[in-house]
Amino acid sequence: MAKPRVSFHDFTSCEGCQLQVLNCEDELLGIVGAVDIVNFREAIDEKSDEYDIAFIEGAFTRESDRKRLEHIRKCAKIVVALGACACTGGLNVLKNFRGIDESMKKVYGEAASWYETSPALPIEAAIKVDVKINGCPIPKQEFLEVVKSVLAGRTPQIPDYPVCVECKLRENVCLFQKGEYCMGVVAKAGCNAWCPSYGGRCYACRGLITDFNKNAAKDVLAEYGLTLEQVMAEFRMFNGVFPVAEPPADGALKS
Amino acid sequence: MGKTLDINIHHLTRVEGHGNIIVRASDGKVEKCHLQIVETPRVFESMICGLSWRDTAMLTCRICGICSVGHTTASIQATDDAFGLKLTPEVLALRKLMLLAEEIQSHVLHVYFLAAPDALGAGSVLPLASSHPEVVKRALRMKKVGNVICDAVAGRHVHPIALVPGGFTHVPSKKDLKKVQDYILMLNDDVDATVETVAAIGGAFPKFEREREDVSLTHPDEYAFYNGQLKSSKTGVHDIHDYAKVIHEFCVEHSTSKHVRNVDACLAVGALSRFNNNAAQLNDRGQAAAKKLGLKAPCYNPYYNNLAQTVEIAHFYDEAVKLMDQIMKMDLTEATLAPNVTPKAGRGIGLTEVPRGLLVHDYTYDEKGVCTKANCIIPTGMNLANIDHDMQKYVPEVINTRTQDQIGHDLEMLVRSYDPCISCSVHLLKVDWV
Ligand code: SF4
Ligand code: SF4
Ligand code: SF4
Repeated sequence: MAKPRVSFHDFTSCEGCQLQVLNCEDELLGIVGAVDIVNFREAIDEKSDEYDIAFIEGAFTRESDRKRLEHIRKCAKIVVALGACACTGGLNVLKNFRGIDESMKKVYGEAASWYETSPALPIEAAIKVDVKINGCPIPKQEFLEVVKSVLAGRTPQIPDYPVCVECKLRENVCLFQKGEYCMGVVAKAGCNAWCPSYGGRCYACRGLITDFNKNAAKDVLAEYGLTLEQVMAEFRMFNGVFPVAEPPADGALKS
Repeated sequence: MGKTLDINIHHLTRVEGHGNIIVRASDGKVEKCHLQIVETPRVFESMICGLSWRDTAMLTCRICGICSVGHTTASIQATDDAFGLKLTPEVLALRKLMLLAEEIQSHVLHVYFLAAPDALGAGSVLPLASSHPEVVKRALRMKKVGNVICDAVAGRHVHPIALVPGGFTHVPSKKDLKKVQDYILMLNDDVDATVETVAAIGGAFPKFEREREDVSLTHPDEYAFYNGQLKSSKTGVHDIHDYAKVIHEFCVEHSTSKHVRNVDACLAVGALSRFNNNAAQLNDRGQAAAKKLGLKAPCYNPYYNNLAQTVEIAHFYDEAVKLMDQIMKMDLTEATLAPNVTPKAGRGIGLTEVPRGLLVHDYTYDEKGVCTKANCIIPTGMNLANIDHDMQKYVPEVINTRTQDQIGHDLEMLVRSYDPCISCSVHLLKVDWV
């Protein structure tokens, strides 16, 4: 059987998720043996390219990139969004809140009109995505799980419960108890509570659990005295595309 | 008859590409020759405004995943500076260890994955995995030291968690640190083997020279990397707070990354600039590597940045061994590591030598510690004008002796030698001849 052909592409990103792939040093040679990597940090003209699985890193932030995305979609059987930038637009979405023209002026001054840009969006705004690997950066274990399942033709096991579950299993002292606040209550697990385990707050870089609106999370936050502003600011860092990043009209979070 | 050259990439029709090389020459005369950067504008300096001091480094480390620790380091130094924070020796030691880890990891990636395939005539590192498996395994083993160190100290290398203004939010256990130390020591022979490997391919780089202005940090006590004063080979030593007197930014239409100049039309940063400015302070291992590779300061062959990086791998490795030894004897506790930060209004500046060269972060905070203004100057951006000038000197020198394809390949290697952030370096390097 021919080895599946795999390609990597990047749009607006820091390339940290592709580096996470390289960071699987111990498994890397195994992966390289099991697939044909046809495009990864190399210059290969996609137009003549054939691949089965396309990993796409980065947000969609420039209308002229739409064609490139559509082309990748057409070539690939399976499209995997690699990391927060691709899955939700990631932190790039912050610029949408700062005003695009204003941002460009601030950085480039008079020269702003030389360069093309548009609001930052997830790649799903342009093409259909089959699998998402969340996180900023992606956790290595999840990348490996997705690669193995895609190769075996099964659906990858990706949790849809809050980071708190993993955090409690790791027996971390909850940041709320230290007078801090944390988005772990509504963030999608799968990172093994990475940040709280190293003393950092969870910013929900992996996105929000599906039913975060229904479950008690918001009440929990309010209970801990989190202000609406704080929650919005934290959500915005990585979840600007979700409606929750705009203050709800009814002020539901106000205690 | 003079030759006509037209090297051009139309970035809108070409797919994966953040940078292009454009060369146009007719009748043996070069009319146009530059590196185009068409990366999407990311406007970090605007996104950062309105963020709390706790989040500024979290955002700006995401400028580049490969230099994530370097960006975090410059960023938190800017915040430390703005708030007037004092650091304990323990915090300083762990910060430096993480930065050394990143310098080694990034240089190893560049030398083995980008420069070596070029020199060995392979399209990428992938064919080397079957033709030179032991070399690729060595590269992966050495590269991993970045992760081993950063995972233990700050949770991860790509966007470190515990590395924050004023200190660390996590206390690494002695047990974990012992494992880190063992890992570092295990690489001893790999360092020598790396110097050997590069010495063997060093002859493959073109002999080309252009005198240039080297800009880097300099430090009275060490080969500067974490902090220090700003040194220009043309204008001398400056306080870092005066960086804007040396690094003048300006926009050019062909690049979404700003260009930079000082006294001349361009300046250079990076391993070779550090080496040129501070070679006398290299440790014994670094000196030995330089000798083996035949690298002498000042060196004006930009292709030899690859060699300077190799010298730095040897130097930084021994520095990491020494520092690790000191860290094992230190009292690492919450009392010595936990950040103690009181924000205040003011401006702070952080300059750090990251793998690709000097990095500047400059923030202004209000009294609540909310960022109101920021400027980040990235090493790849600082080198762009210099790359243009190198190409403009190189092409006329070889236009009548080398073929179009050869010149195209030489220019690709030239750009790669500067080790521009991977997003530019790796995608641009297919040159269309029109
Ligand atoms: S998701 Fe985060 S780590 Fe990944 S490319 Fe985007 S900014 Fe970088
Ligand atoms: S620290 Fe954060 S993730 Fe952990 S239990 Fe508390 S709220 Fe949940
Ligand atoms: S703890 Fe939260 S912010 Fe950290 S990696 Fe997990 S989801 Fe992302």
